[in-house]
Amino acid sequence: MHFLLLFSRQGKLRLQKWFTPLTDREKKKVIRDMMMLVLARPQRFCNFLQWRDLKIVYKRYASLYFCAALDNQDNELLTLEVLHRYVELLDKYFGNVCELDIIFNFEKAYFILDEFLMGGEILETSKAAVGVCLEEADTLQETVEEYMSKPAY
Amino acid sequence: MALKIVKGSIDRMFDKNLQDLVRGIRNHKEDEAKYISTCIDEIKQELKQDNIAVKANAVCKLTYLQMLGYDVSWAAFNIVEVMSSSKFTYKRIGYLAASQCFHESTDVIMLTTNQIRKDLSSPNQYDTGVALTGLSCFVTPDLARDLANDIMTLMSHTKPYIRKKAVLIMYKVFLKYPESLRPAFPRLKEKLEDPDPGVQSAAVNVICELARRNPKNYLSLAPLFFKLMTSSTNNWVLIKIIKLFGALTPLEPRLGKKLIEPLTNLIHSTSAMSLLYECVNTVIAVLISLSSGMPNHSASIQVMKYLGLLAMSKILKTHPKSVQSHKDLILQCLDDKDESIRLRALDLLYGMVSKKNLMEIVKKLMLHVDKAEGTTYRDELLTKIIDICSQSNYQYITNFEWYISILVELTRLEGTRHGHLIASQMLDVAIRVKAIRAFAVAQMATLLDNAHLLTGNMQRNGICEVLYAAAWICGEFSEHLENPMQTLEAMLRPKVATLPGHIQAVYVQNAAKLFATVLKSQEGNTDSTAAQETSQLMIDRLPLFVQSANLEVQERASCILQLVKYIQKLQQKDVEVAEEVNALFAGELNPVAPKAQKKVPVPEGLDLDAWINEPPSESESEDEQPKAIFAKEEPKHSRPRHTEVDEKELARRREVRKQEQANNPFYIKASPSSQKVYQDTPGVEHIPVVQIDLSVPLKVPGLPMSDQYVKLEEERRQKERAEKKKKVKKNRKEKRSGRGKKHDSGPESEEDITPAHLVDIVTEEMPEVCWSCYSQKQHSNCLSLCFGFPRPLADSEKLPVRSHRAAEALKSPVEDGDARSAAIQEPKKKSSKEKREKKKDKDRDRKVKLKYFFENYVPFILKIALPSVYLVDETMLFSPIKVYDIQGNLQDGSQVVVSVIFENKCDSFLKSMEFNVLDSLNTKLQRPEGSGPHDGLAVPFQLPPGVSNEAQFVFTVQSIVMPQKLKGTLTFIVKNEDSSTHEKLDFKLHFTCTSYLITTPCYSDAFAKLLESGDLKSSSVRLEGVNMPFHHLLARICFHHHFSVVERIDSCASMYSRSVQGHHVCLLVKTAGQTVNVDAKCDEPTLLGNVLDEIKQTFSQC
Repeated sequence: MHFLLLFSRQGKLRLQKWFTPLTDREKKKVIRDMMMLVLARPQRFCNFLQWRDLKIVYKRYASLYFCAALDNQDNELLTLEVLHRYVELLDKYFGNVCELDIIFNFEKAYFILDEFLMGGEILETSKAAVGVCLEEADTLQETVEEYMSKPAY
Repeated sequence: MALKIVKGSIDRMFDKNLQDLVRGIRNHKEDEAKYISTCIDEIKQELKQDNIAVKANAVCKLTYLQMLGYDVSWAAFNIVEVMSSSKFTYKRIGYLAASQCFHESTDVIMLTTNQIRKDLSSPNQYDTGVALTGLSCFVTPDLARDLANDIMTLMSHTKPYIRKKAVLIMYKVFLKYPESLRPAFPRLKEKLEDPDPGVQSAAVNVICELARRNPKNYLSLAPLFFKLMTSSTNNWVLIKIIKLFGALTPLEPRLGKKLIEPLTNLIHSTSAMSLLYECVNTVIAVLISLSSGMPNHSASIQVMKYLGLLAMSKILKTHPKSVQSHKDLILQCLDDKDESIRLRALDLLYGMVSKKNLMEIVKKLMLHVDKAEGTTYRDELLTKIIDICSQSNYQYITNFEWYISILVELTRLEGTRHGHLIASQMLDVAIRVKAIRAFAVAQMATLLDNAHLLTGNMQRNGICEVLYAAAWICGEFSEHLENPMQTLEAMLRPKVATLPGHIQAVYVQNAAKLFATVLKSQEGNTDSTAAQETSQLMIDRLPLFVQSANLEVQERASCILQLVKYIQKLQQKDVEVAEEVNALFAGELNPVAPKAQKKVPVPEGLDLDAWINEPPSESESEDEQPKAIFAKEEPKHSRPRHTEVDEKELARRREVRKQEQANNPFYIKASPSSQKVYQDTPGVEHIPVVQIDLSVPLKVPGLPMSDQYVKLEEERRQKERAEKKKKVKKNRKEKRSGRGKKHDSGPESEEDITPAHLVDIVTEEMPEVCWSCYSQKQHSNCLSLCFGFPRPLADSEKLPVRSHRAAEALKSPVEDGDARSAAIQEPKKKSSKEKREKKKDKDRDRKVKLKYFFENYVPFILKIALPSVYLVDETMLFSPIKVYDIQGNLQDGSQVVVSVIFENKCDSFLKSMEFNVLDSLNTKLQRPEGSGPHDGLAVPFQLPPGVSNEAQFVFTVQSIVMPQKLKGTLTFIVKNEDSSTHEKLDFKLHFTCTSYLITTPCYSDAFAKLLESGDLKSSSVRLEGVNMPFHHLLARICFHHHFSVVERIDSCASMYSRSVQGHHVCLLVKTAGQTVNVDAKCDEPTLLGNVLDEIKQTFSQC
């Protein structure tokens, strides 16, 4: 997987993860292209499209589009499962996740993603294991914050 | 310093945090750019402060702004500052910002090397974790070179969390710094066998990605991966492995051959589309490699064909339409040289037929029958043709004359074994389709006439069975015969004596029927000589049969011979006899449902169980009894008398049947919906028989050619269509509303084709048992037999459905245990009773135990892995939780019965459930004879919403010493008001070693002998922190692991159990405080180890 983008129906980027480093200019261009391509597609269309030499797999969950780019030999259906698993993880963490959760806790969304994917590959296939890691890391963070007596983000 | 912190936190209070920023941006929709520029100014101020918390907050906000598209590269150094904070909270934010903002040309990256190295060796695994995660995003060749060694060390870290991250990041490192691959590879390979599945899957991922770039180097790993592929149950990993094989096979064509089998297994068993897709992808890759790399090019095409057909048969189940369009292609496959491909194609055809294409498909098949070499394949073709035509009550046949002629054509096959199949089809059609009788009789008469063609070499020819049907049809429906005399002569030819006995018998009987018909037609004439000649013919020919070696033939022939002689005498006195002779065979034959017999009440005073004669001694041989070849015996027209039902008798018989069913572990209860009141069914008249005659008689002289029917049928349909069109036109004229439908264009749909003849369909609404009385009775029975169970089966109206394991079972372990032991000992006390009664008691006892077991004993939860999550999650169609129980079979050490409870938790109706398990070498699902190893078993009930039911499946197990997990799928149709969809559910069956144990009581002296014998290996386990009374503990072991207590002295007890294969398992349980020591002995150390592990697990869960 080369990158993962989350954006809203209105074309607002909600999350971006680049597994291959690009310069800011390139990133902006890719994001623009993705939104143009994906948002233009009617709902009933299939979830795949070809863009340059990459396969784009996207899926819409409520008002959010999850969009990933992969190599030509990669398995599109597996990627759909990955997207879905990510949504499940978000759902588990936030409890019935909505777009606002991701906007206001965008760093948490990244942390979840980091525990699930790494360098574009699946890091942990077990939902439970991801949950445990996040919880532990969070308690670590929160105790430190309590120590500093500051409100949590 | 302290002042600084205070100052910092006071400053901090006036800062915006991330949430404030987001809120602010959302509130300044109009002047967003302006708002953000002020924010950035603030952030710049914050970054200048010394307080790291403030800085981290600023960096966090910057990360958000970066996402919105603002340039934040100027803050790169601050990000590095935050990264190097010692607090995890800030470090985490710093690394996140870095991973979002840094790229290879960011110059500050060089500064991070040491910081990252420090973090990698941090004692806190999450510090290391964030460092690795961040690094994976911005790793540069320099970083890769400098850190490769550190990461390699981490690959053997004690924590799997770090190991898997380190393994995965190695891929990125390899890409940036390829020189590191060689030294790191052995360790990477090691990780393929890591005990942690996460690490394993990470290693598979990395190697798979590497192999795609340069597959050659990884060929040596193929055996290892092959092992992983066959053992892994993780779909994510499987996909990667299969992808890897897809990359490897082009280099090693031999690999392809090996792969086909596991891949086909996977294709068969998985319900995850992504896995299926990957399998198919790889199969294609394999095929391409085979065709390019191997000299025999055609083999790969064959493989491709086979797999294609296989895939189609999968698709066919859910999307028959899409497969039907490939009909021609599939028919072409019938020409293939490879028999397995042809058979696959035949299987497909069976599911593909419709009213429209049936004739065409069968015509093609008939061509193949003619061409086919080898009788096995030809026989297969023949049965398939008949199967295809007769499926679901001849649903697809629109013209039965065509079908009869097909059957007649099939009789010309030489050397087939399936003569009886054709014969029974002929009989069935002739009886059930009234309109076709005249035609059928004509055909059968020709067949009889040309019998010598069929019986060329009689001995090994199965086709002569057809004559059985022909003779019977001609006799029974002789009124339709054109020339009965000729047929009669044909039936009395001397050559008939060479036919098998049962056919001769039918010949004789039906000759008599024909004789009656002939007499009737001749008696009207003034000249009586013709009638007398007919009698003479009978008298001349019948002695041949009287001499027959076959008793049945002999008896019938002599009977009829005497009758005819008597008739001849009367004829000579000019007495009209035809009327009376015909009366012998009067009466109409009606088709009757197979279960109709049950509806016939038993006359009063008739005891079906009483012996009519003394039971025959066993020495009496059974050879002399004539074999019944067909299910349909000679029809007799005696109507059963209807008498009042004897209530007592009925009740008694019901009781007996219940007993039988209860004792039969494979008997599965029907859903209570099929309730029937027994007394309301007085006789055969109430069997509804749909009779609609719709005749289109077409007279075809001589042997029929089925082809002409294809044409005729086409014409008929066209005519019908034309008529319909007219009607539609009329309608349109009347309506003129402009909303005319396009009736005339496009192909006609299935429903539009009306059959030329209608089949008498006997609706089978007869229930096998009346369940209402059954279940009520049963409960009262159970209660009386409950031996003082603590909790009677009051809640047994609901089938037991437990969603979680311990909750219910924990309630009263002691009571349960006591109840069980009471139940076990009960039969022993009754030793003085009469033998037969005792047996009955035992059976009842067993049944009660079984039932009790299902109610209260919930040993396992069926864990269902849901790889194709969107299938199930979005709709929540089917409850993923089912409770099941695995019990060894006492009689057969290699059999295990698995009870599965299916509960429908959705709002739709579930039907056509099919239960299938991917067999392992050791454990196999028992399937009915004749079904393939991948076929599923139909679950014998349907589930309305909210209802649960239980089914049992039998498995054969070879070795019981190891626990085992089997993957399986459940397919079912979900039916709503407006739609029905096909769904699939994956699950796993866990066969624990405990399930192979059977509670067996053991006396202390026998137990002592067993221990002394010295054959047993010992092992022990220690359970810590068990906080329960000792008798609870024992009850728990008894209950969960099927042990029985042999002896108990204070805090020490000996227990015993026996496996289905006769292994003795002895336990000595001692408790001291919260520690429990279990010393165990068994003649099979592996089994013992596994059982102990399971016991340990049970107690670790409480």
